[in-house]
Amino acid sequence: MGRAHAKELSRSYAKGVIKVSSKFKAEDFKGIALSEEDFKEKKVIFSDIRAKAYYAWTAGVAISRFLSELKEGKIIARKCNKCGRVLIPPRMFCELCYRPTDEWVYVKDTGRVNTFSIAWIGVNASRLKEPLIPAVIEIDGASPGMGIYHMLGEVDPAEVRIGMNVQAVWKPKEERKGCITDIKYFKPIK
Amino acid sequence: MLEVAIIGVGWAGSKSCTPDLSFQEMVYEAAVKAYADANVNPQVDVDAFISADEDYWAGYSIFEEYVPDQLGAVLKPTWHITGDGLHALINAYMMIRSNLFEVVVVESHSKASDILSYAGIIQHATDPVYVKPLGGHPFYIAGLEMRRYLYETGVSEEQCAQVVVKNKRNAIFNPNAAYPAELTVEDVLNSPYVFSPLKALEVSSTAEGAIVMVLASGDVARRLTDVPIWVRGVGWAIDTPNLDGRDWGRAVYVEVAADMAYKMAGITNPRRQIHVAEVDDKFSYKELQHVEALRLCTRGEAGELLEAGSFYVNGELPVNPSGGCLGVGNLLEACGLSRALEVVLQLRGQAQGRQVEDAKVGVAQTWRGIPTTSGAVVVLSTEG
Repeated sequence: MGRAHAKELSRSYAKGVIKVSSKFKAEDFKGIALSEEDFKEKKVIFSDIRAKAYYAWTAGVAISRFLSELKEGKIIARKCNKCGRVLIPPRMFCELCYRPTDEWVYVKDTGRVNTFSIAWIGVNASRLKEPLIPAVIEIDGASPGMGIYHMLGEVDPAEVRIGMNVQAVWKPKEERKGCITDIKYFKPIK
Repeated sequence: MLEVAIIGVGWAGSKSCTPDLSFQEMVYEAAVKAYADANVNPQVDVDAFISADEDYWAGYSIFEEYVPDQLGAVLKPTWHITGDGLHALINAYMMIRSNLFEVVVVESHSKASDILSYAGIIQHATDPVYVKPLGGHPFYIAGLEMRRYLYETGVSEEQCAQVVVKNKRNAIFNPNAAYPAELTVEDVLNSPYVFSPLKALEVSSTAEGAIVMVLASGDVARRLTDVPIWVRGVGWAIDTPNLDGRDWGRAVYVEVAADMAYKMAGITNPRRQIHVAEVDDKFSYKELQHVEALRLCTRGEAGELLEAGSFYVNGELPVNPSGGCLGVGNLLEACGLSRALEVVLQLRGQAQGRQVEDAKVGVAQTWRGIPTTSGAVVVLSTEG
């Protein structure tokens, strides 16, 4: 594209006329369309190299205890005696007071929905038949606004409300591994 | 001119592995020590925070989201750079020199044992189209570099082996080092070739740790500490990434970075004006190559000077009294702060059994490792 043409183009845009100059038509820039078949049949040169990126993240003092307690069907938090907050998931320092937290505190496996969404799209970007209902649950016994991010289940998506009372549905003891998925989901309670 | 000083340092590790602590808990330990050392409260006195890491090391994408809590930086100006900790320190220097901030904190850490595919991550840093498909452990790049460096300079394999002996011995006197050892040159030479001419004991092992530093403008520094360590010059550069076109025998990126830092610091004769050097030695030969690139001796002279004892703690120009990457451990992106930490301790006179006498001016240099040609240099001094 010549400089004069480029100027003309940018002028049209600057005027708020969102169209290309009459000298340029979309047909002039067709390019070459590629189909999935072209890739399958290797008509296009490409290299398909995957990264070898594997990790085993160290959970640390606070989260290790949290996970061990999940395995036992319990939820544990840490308390900061300065601000008085009960922190869940637990951490060994209070990020707001910037000091070590003081004690372990068991909290309940019940709480209220702080916020939620109805997720119709899966991680591979395809439409789901049954939606996921991710929610933040303020756990009873933890400080207001503190809670667990998890999923809701055994509920009609249309019935979910902010403030709804929910309870953890645990996997059977023998299936629990010390993982956040030891809780299958939270379900509504009356 | 606005002056900038390092007023506090804190660290956790280095250890070969830290299975007990999360990276957050490890960084918290280093940060609390740095704030106590600097006599600052991060939530009140610190204006901004910078962390340095690489998402692929952390195993999280957009890793900066996970930075604020453990630094006391929640809802404060915080950013993250993909680079070495020394790059973060240079950024902090510029932020203070810009007069927008008075106190800036830098952080970098390594949780290397979280990475189960270390070679895979490094391989993923090579060109995906025309290098990666060839395969192989990418440390072969160090073998290519070492061979050309030895060929061009006449430095010997024995002299490279002696770097390992010196640095692992220095590490014996550094309580923060993960890999101290008493070795002989024969031990190193007899270790198996891994990427010839590179031998197994010439490759630094990864380690874990966290380093936090507090930097401040001159006025604040004088108010808060009796031992400010002044940042007198900074420099950084990256050579071409091309394996087929880079200069294999020289660390040109360090020559450029050093010239920039020396010019700023008014250093015209580095060999005389610098009293202690901490340089990157992720592989044995890199120490000698980097010492030459830092103009601390002429090209090809580093091997002989090492043999003559010049680079030992009591020598004419001590190099890596901390033990370097070979002795302290390869802390990934925290390597540069590990080098700078030692220079700070040396200039403060706090290096205990490895203290260099009368060290007033020091240089810290880093290299981001295979396959990069990315380096940075910082000149530190007891005088502003």
